[in-house]
Amino acid sequence: MKISELWLREWVDVPATTKEIAERLVMAGLELEIEPAVAEQPDHVVVGRIEKIGPHPQADKLRVCEVDVGRERLQIVCGAANARAGMVAPTARVGAKLPGGIEIKAARLRGVDSAGMLCSAKELGLADKSEGLLELDETAAPGTPLAEYLHLKDRVLALEITPNRGDCLSVQGLAREIAALYDRPLKKPAVAPAAVAATESVKVEIEKLEDCPNYAGRVVAGIDPQARTPDWMREKLRRSGVRCIHPVVDVTNYAMLELGQPMHAFDLANLAGAVRVRRAAKGEKLTLLNQQLVELNAGELLIADDRGPLALAGVMGGANSEVSERTTAVFLESACFAPAAVAGTGRRHKLHSDAIYRFERGVDPAIQREGLERATQLILDICGGKAGPVTHAGRAQPPAATVNLRHERLNALLGHAIGADEVERLLPRLGIGVQRAGQGAWTATVPSHRYDISIEPDLIEEVARLYGYDRIPAKPYAAELVPATQREGERSAARVKDFLAARGYQEAVTYSFVEPKLQERLAPGAPSIRLDNPIADTMSAMRTTLWAGLIPAWLYNAQRQQRRVRLFELGACYEDRPGGIVETMRLGGLVAGEALPEQWGGAARPADFFDVKGDLEALVGAKLSCRKAEHPALHPGRSAEVRIGDSAVGWLGALHPSLVRALDLPAAPLLCELDWAAVRAAGVPRAQPVSEFPSSRRDLALVLREEVEAGAVLAVARRAAGAHLREVRLFDVYRGAGLPNGCKSIALGLIFQDYSRTLTDEEVDASVQSVASRLTDELGASIRI
Amino acid sequence: MSDDIEQLLGRARGEIEAAADLRALEQLRVDWLGKKGRITELLKQLGGMAPDARKAYGERVNRAKDAVGGWLDTRKRVLEEAELNAKLAAEAIDVTLPGRGEAAGGLHPVTRTIQRIERLFGDLGFESVSGPEIEDDFHNFGALNIPELHPARAMADTFYVNGGSMLLRTHTSPVQIRTMERHVKEGRTPPIRIICPGRVYRCDFDRTHSPMFHQVEGLYVAEKVTFTDLKYDLMTFLSRFFEREMEVLFRPSYFPFVEPGADVHIRWGERWLEVLGCGMVHPNVFKAVGLDPERYTGYAFGLGVERFAMLRYGVDDLRQFFNNDLRFLQQFA
Repeated sequence: MKISELWLREWVDVPATTKEIAERLVMAGLELEIEPAVAEQPDHVVVGRIEKIGPHPQADKLRVCEVDVGRERLQIVCGAANARAGMVAPTARVGAKLPGGIEIKAARLRGVDSAGMLCSAKELGLADKSEGLLELDETAAPGTPLAEYLHLKDRVLALEITPNRGDCLSVQGLAREIAALYDRPLKKPAVAPAAVAATESVKVEIEKLEDCPNYAGRVVAGIDPQARTPDWMREKLRRSGVRCIHPVVDVTNYAMLELGQPMHAFDLANLAGAVRVRRAAKGEKLTLLNQQLVELNAGELLIADDRGPLALAGVMGGANSEVSERTTAVFLESACFAPAAVAGTGRRHKLHSDAIYRFERGVDPAIQREGLERATQLILDICGGKAGPVTHAGRAQPPAATVNLRHERLNALLGHAIGADEVERLLPRLGIGVQRAGQGAWTATVPSHRYDISIEPDLIEEVARLYGYDRIPAKPYAAELVPATQREGERSAARVKDFLAARGYQEAVTYSFVEPKLQERLAPGAPSIRLDNPIADTMSAMRTTLWAGLIPAWLYNAQRQQRRVRLFELGACYEDRPGGIVETMRLGGLVAGEALPEQWGGAARPADFFDVKGDLEALVGAKLSCRKAEHPALHPGRSAEVRIGDSAVGWLGALHPSLVRALDLPAAPLLCELDWAAVRAAGVPRAQPVSEFPSSRRDLALVLREEVEAGAVLAVARRAAGAHLREVRLFDVYRGAGLPNGCKSIALGLIFQDYSRTLTDEEVDASVQSVASRLTDELGASIRI
Repeated sequence: MSDDIEQLLGRARGEIEAAADLRALEQLRVDWLGKKGRITELLKQLGGMAPDARKAYGERVNRAKDAVGGWLDTRKRVLEEAELNAKLAAEAIDVTLPGRGEAAGGLHPVTRTIQRIERLFGDLGFESVSGPEIEDDFHNFGALNIPELHPARAMADTFYVNGGSMLLRTHTSPVQIRTMERHVKEGRTPPIRIICPGRVYRCDFDRTHSPMFHQVEGLYVAEKVTFTDLKYDLMTFLSRFFEREMEVLFRPSYFPFVEPGADVHIRWGERWLEVLGCGMVHPNVFKAVGLDPERYTGYAFGLGVERFAMLRYGVDDLRQFFNNDLRFLQQFA
């Protein structure tokens, strides 16, 4: 909301600069910015009256005016279509500098002298666009400097309120707040009820009082359709960013800005029967003032007459009852709609208006009559006419709310003692009455405009706010502390991330919502969750696999000349399972490019499955194993189910070549994804004795058929080697010359040791022999000597 | 006779000093002092001498033997040192060549910032807890005193899923609700001191808004938690986080789940920047989770992680956090 500072100062007199007031308001919780009333003050621009107007001898589109500018008359050539004799308009005299840099000089236009310029609103910086001359009130005195006449030495306070402070959305509300902060009286102009001089009235019926606790209406008949909104009002409205439309509409907007009561005016000629506040039936239709045709949902609050919907209550009026230049009688509505009854309507139809903005936040339920009288008074002043009797519907005014406040509670919540006398001094400044209710307690009577105050902490906040948050100290305190749980049996996320970073991985954070088509290729059939209202199609499915974020992140880098990319991400994946939505934390990785950064010490080679497997083994330890298995997104010959102990916990492999082609990727990255809960479970170490006796190593070279897996070889060796085997190292795999076709050679290092003695060669040889023969028997291995 | 020895010694000395390497020197040791060496040969002449002459001659030969031995040893040390020096020179490397092996990766700046916040609050006894990101209306709004159609809901443009039945949490505040609910369910009583870092979502995307970002929620509930405690903890945190005494301003503000509520601003150069929202837990929140608002008080706060990371590391575009550009990320290694 924007409000003229001068307007505000009419309501409250504070000995403080604009900046000081703004700072005070900001410190009291109202966000505020100060803007100038005009971009640039026009000088040498005065009020002028066109006394005579005649054609230009040389130009059809120009006319020659004689303009009264006070002590003299100027001849001015003017091209504006709306220029006419008797019109009062801003006149820039020779020497004037207009906003935007135009400098007015004495000129000869097509052979006629022109000693100035008649101005439009745009030329004066009073509007972004305008048509024709800015017309001023006929009563404006020629020669008066325009800045003085329009009070342009003003500033605009642009206010951002928090949703609980709807009461500040008016000159009255803001002035009330300033008055409270500075402890000054509010200078509220008196509004006398209009004398009832017309008999016309409209019956008002309210279907449900919860929706509309109060409705005041009246007819103003016999208004002058030619009436013009006066300059003082135009300027105030302009500074609040409100367009002038029609004197009656301008008045309702003005009264809303002044008092906080949104109002609506219906053209009486287009009303039929009683006005009803009722809920819409499904399918009812209404064309709004903005020409938007809305189809109403059942239950939306309407203003209707006997023929049908007239307005979306509290949001916007309808086109069918709109006031126009032909209107001679209006029905004024000044109602209080309950926030819950109207808030949804605006949002559902994506309608924004000053009225709904206020009603959503709450309008003082006690000011409908006052608003109506103020608007009546202004209409009678500006448009003439006669006021009809006030029709009132709604509840009897509820008694003022009372809230109890305990002094001890106030001090306990703030942790700072504020004296009872101070409390009794501060709250009344806000119009909150305080009455002692026993020892150390008060009953506070809350004014109707502070409907946000309903419980004790609300009052405590008000006290603290007026007292000043900055005056409440920060105090060190004693607290009952319990050491945080430290699960030693779990690897912390921080440790795992540091570990991966040390192995050359960069942590990525990718969006939780991904491209559904990509994801469907990576995890076909996964029960993914779609957003109802995504930002974009490419961000519309909640990820079921981290790869759906990591692959685009890799591509982003690949497109920026990054050949070697190693990424990991620890984050949730989301699935819609029969029992409900399941979020699973996963650890995902992507490796592309060379195994090592480009360097001088050795030949470069691309990273492969075993590089990533080695990283995972180093992270998880000996319990990690890989079992050959197929995954729809992975190369069938280069993919594995990753296991920890006996459980399958994830996948590791190269992206499937057909996906590389389909997604038009520059290469096939290696991908892994593990269940975080499984990776995290590390267990607490149990120390084993360390042998003091020497170990013996025997190496065994085996020739095996190609399809025999190393895992099987190691398993047989471990089983066959007996109790003294400490470790098996697979230290060579050879294929090629010297071996039968379809065979490979694997070399094992077997390390034996006992805890109580040195093993004899015979014992060790016997164990090796047992390993060799079992490998031969079970896997068809032949031993190479 | 004696001249012979002197002559021999002269020759020996010359040869030893001329020895080019250890092998030649060893040969000279054999030639002069070995079983058949020239000095050794002199001793063989002793047999034919008179006892007096034998004694004197013997002494002279022994002295000569010692002298040759000494020269050999000296020369050996010289040659050994030269040999070592030659070997060291040959083994020298160019220490300015780059190191080998894997290069370091790094943590994402958001992680770095969250870890820092977790450690600072951890020292104050706050335990880090997490909760679901896809939430129900009750935990994200209702229990936090944000009824349906309340304008505060418009403060957070919400992503909905499954036909509006669930939503992506718009803040980490639901975790405070879940934590208090769990306490009540398990029959535990406050104090509760938690922080809840995590992803949050809002339907908004431009230079200063990301549809996904991170928050850290904090909650302290006990029998006598006060606004002065809140101020102390947050002011301490802010100064520790930025590693300098921060000018901090608490301004009244509104969040439906706290009362009184405040915005926290820090002085940043010429400007005041809003960095936190906080306040005393609203009684309706306590009621929603089944804690007695008369017995317990508490404070809650929420901060935007990216905001802190931007200030701390001088990042000026929010979107950089989620592009995952290695050239950006590697600066935080």
